[in-house]
Amino acid sequence: MARLLDVLREDLRLTGTKEGCGEGECGACSVLIDGVLVNSCLVPALQVAGAEIKTIEGIASGEQLHRVQQAFIDCGGAQCGICTPGMVIAAISLLNHNSNPDEAAIRNGLAGNLCRCTGYIKIFEAVVRACQSPEA
Amino acid sequence: MKQQHTVGSPVPRKEGRDKVTGQARYVDDLHFPDMLYGVTVRSPVARGHLRQIVFDSDVIPWDEFVIVTAKDIPGLNAVALILLDQPYLADKFVNHAEEPVLLLAHHDKYLLEEARRAVRVQIDPLPAIFSIEDSLNRKETIWGEDNVFKHFHVEKGDVDSVWGDADFIVEGEYTTGAQEQLYIENNGVIAIANQDDGVTVWGSMQCPYYVHKALSKLFPLDETKIRVIQVETGGGFGGKEEYPSMIAGHAALLAWKSGRPVKMVYDRAEDMVATTKRHPSRTRHRTAVSREGKLLGMDIEFVVDGGAYATLSSVVLSRGTIHAAGPYNCPNVRIQSKAIATNVPPHGAFRGFGAPQSIFALERHLNKVAGVVGLAPEELRRRNFIHEGEMTATSQVIHEKVDMDGLMKRAFELTDYYEKRKRFEVENASSRQKKGIGFASFMHGAGFTGSGEQFLESVVGVEATRDGRVRVLAASTEIGQGTNTIFAQIAADALSVDYDLIEIARPDTGSVPNSGPTVASRTVMIVGKLVESAAIGLKQTLVNSGLLATEYSSQEFQKACVEYLEKHGPLKSFSKYKQPENIRWDDEKYRGDAYGAYAWAVYVAEVTVDPITYEAHVDDFVAVQEVGHVMHPILAAGQIEGGVAQAIGFTLFENVVWKEGRMANNQMTNYIMPTAADIPPIRVFFAETQYALGPSGAKGIGELPMDGAAPAILNAIEHATGLSLTHVPLMPEELMLAMENERA
Repeated sequence: MARLLDVLREDLRLTGTKEGCGEGECGACSVLIDGVLVNSCLVPALQVAGAEIKTIEGIASGEQLHRVQQAFIDCGGAQCGICTPGMVIAAISLLNHNSNPDEAAIRNGLAGNLCRCTGYIKIFEAVVRACQSPEA
Repeated sequence: MKQQHTVGSPVPRKEGRDKVTGQARYVDDLHFPDMLYGVTVRSPVARGHLRQIVFDSDVIPWDEFVIVTAKDIPGLNAVALILLDQPYLADKFVNHAEEPVLLLAHHDKYLLEEARRAVRVQIDPLPAIFSIEDSLNRKETIWGEDNVFKHFHVEKGDVDSVWGDADFIVEGEYTTGAQEQLYIENNGVIAIANQDDGVTVWGSMQCPYYVHKALSKLFPLDETKIRVIQVETGGGFGGKEEYPSMIAGHAALLAWKSGRPVKMVYDRAEDMVATTKRHPSRTRHRTAVSREGKLLGMDIEFVVDGGAYATLSSVVLSRGTIHAAGPYNCPNVRIQSKAIATNVPPHGAFRGFGAPQSIFALERHLNKVAGVVGLAPEELRRRNFIHEGEMTATSQVIHEKVDMDGLMKRAFELTDYYEKRKRFEVENASSRQKKGIGFASFMHGAGFTGSGEQFLESVVGVEATRDGRVRVLAASTEIGQGTNTIFAQIAADALSVDYDLIEIARPDTGSVPNSGPTVASRTVMIVGKLVESAAIGLKQTLVNSGLLATEYSSQEFQKACVEYLEKHGPLKSFSKYKQPENIRWDDEKYRGDAYGAYAWAVYVAEVTVDPITYEAHVDDFVAVQEVGHVMHPILAAGQIEGGVAQAIGFTLFENVVWKEGRMANNQMTNYIMPTAADIPPIRVFFAETQYALGPSGAKGIGELPMDGAAPAILNAIEHATGLSLTHVPLMPEELMLAMENERA
């Protein structure tokens, strides 16, 4: 049975969603299903019939980046970039639930998304910066 | 004239927008018409004679599959790197578990996976060896005559003369485990290969010309018919230095036989079990020291486990050897080192490249020496720090304004080191949780070792484009560390134009010169300098042609480029590395200027140890370093933070569990790397000096942060618990045993 991740990447060619581990550990495949943050590698495609799926491709409004995306650029939150789509989605999900998270909330909110490049520090800074930016 | 320098300012990452929007295309995001998928069938055992390959199962339509074995290899069955000992596909013999034996391709990747499982590789097993001790003792001889890939001998002064008069002689043994790379993007490539078009490979990699060299031997083709293109690469850390030559060869062999494009992308389990890890190590120290705490002699024996084939182990050993005596001025030093063979998958390049291992040993050992002499650990270091004009272990006279005392002073101020040192000792007596603070002081050489850069003869080009922009032509890859951005900054400043006017060509061996591998903290310092001089050459050509005044705006520069191209044709400028006269190295004696420049650092870790859960948690981490001029404050801090996080993983989280020479925990579920919830605040500070030979005064930075965390953390744990621990990773189970032994 196809996973949601396969349908996104192979059938729809929405390759912004990445596969890092295939077992729900790394979060590179994070998407929002009806607004809920999930690892798309663990979701059978059939299970999302009728649901709204939001991937990284749906985050910016045309040329206008989402404030989280802009903050990732400004603060150095993306290095190699492979975890970045999932990390951006996770950060948006966090801010959707808590518009002004403290450091502990940011750490917990992103703990399901692994990054091997940044040591997370610049990602935390990006989330804080995004909170301070006006919503686009 | 452009007023503002871009070097030193936090310009936006060149490819940042593509990365945050998901538009950046990595190899697995590419799809070619008519493409097949490829997989590797691997050895189930560590060592033995290959008896037979059986194609099991009646339900697999084997005639639909492309099947490649060693017999199908058109050229040399060896991955050309330093030696030619590692086959692309095992022929008669296997030397490690998961060694590639056979390749399969099919358009249906689900059926392909079933087929892979249905191939039975039958091997008559032979006894295998898995430890440094068994290899050194030649329990089995598995490589060459003595299992030794390489050995080095560094000699300074006369170590044998010091033991009689020394007030103290301190001995110690220290070991480090393997570490998985864990870039979030696994290894992957796509290949097209046939007699007419030659071989073209797109892939995730650090060193396109390494892959080019390997493919040139694997296929009987003229070098000009081999083309290697780096696509966006999701992390490297050394793990994509040499390994891509293997997977690129495999995909190309399947493409050659099938006549169709073949994509080969590992899943996480395969990447973890089969590709390179950090070399496990064992270091023995014997140190003579005076009552005053002056180091009189250091006798160091350093061994790394290279796994089953030579790969880059000799070079990893070299760097580990040279860094083994640290940033100290000791008159008599002997370092004897060996890279040895075991029947595990070859270990390879990984950020730090041998130095994290030998520096861990030294910085733990010096705490022991301090204890024996009766000095504080910092006081022992202070009495032995190297200064300008003094000599390293390889008898390199340091001509930099090195100020280890200053770095230490700053690191201690930033952490309240002295206050915490005292306070924790008082509080630990009555508190359940034990706190500690510790540090490590170290250096890391930038660029290839010794005469390495001279042999590389790196070349960089710049060219004007038809719309009057400037494109940098180099094989140096962007793997997250910021190559694109830094090169654009350097070129922009050299040309006195806007940062946005600079483009970076995709590293493609068909169109960029060989600027050498993207390794060894050399990209900014060595290749960046070539970008600078090539850019200056291009500007000079424009000025000499009369099309550009000596003072100009970016727009005027653009106009001049366009006019030049219309009038004279292509405008390109190249620059080739030339070894500075004052860098001298003796490969025979292993003596001289090992590196053009060093980065210097003092790192401080604060920990809490829980005597019930046996968790050691890093609460705060301060990294103070001098890396020459800081080219980009955000990227530079990002390198340090990321490296420290990786090193914290190496120290406390990341444990490769071996079973008969095979990684047993090859999943992210049970090989644990630090998450956002685990990492302490990592506070990064730079002391800046100018390195005369680097672009804008910069030195190397990328590997440095991997070196210091492990000893700093274990020194802090020693402060917290009194335990003198000698091995990383330090898992809670081992901490439990050590604490229980202490209580007993």
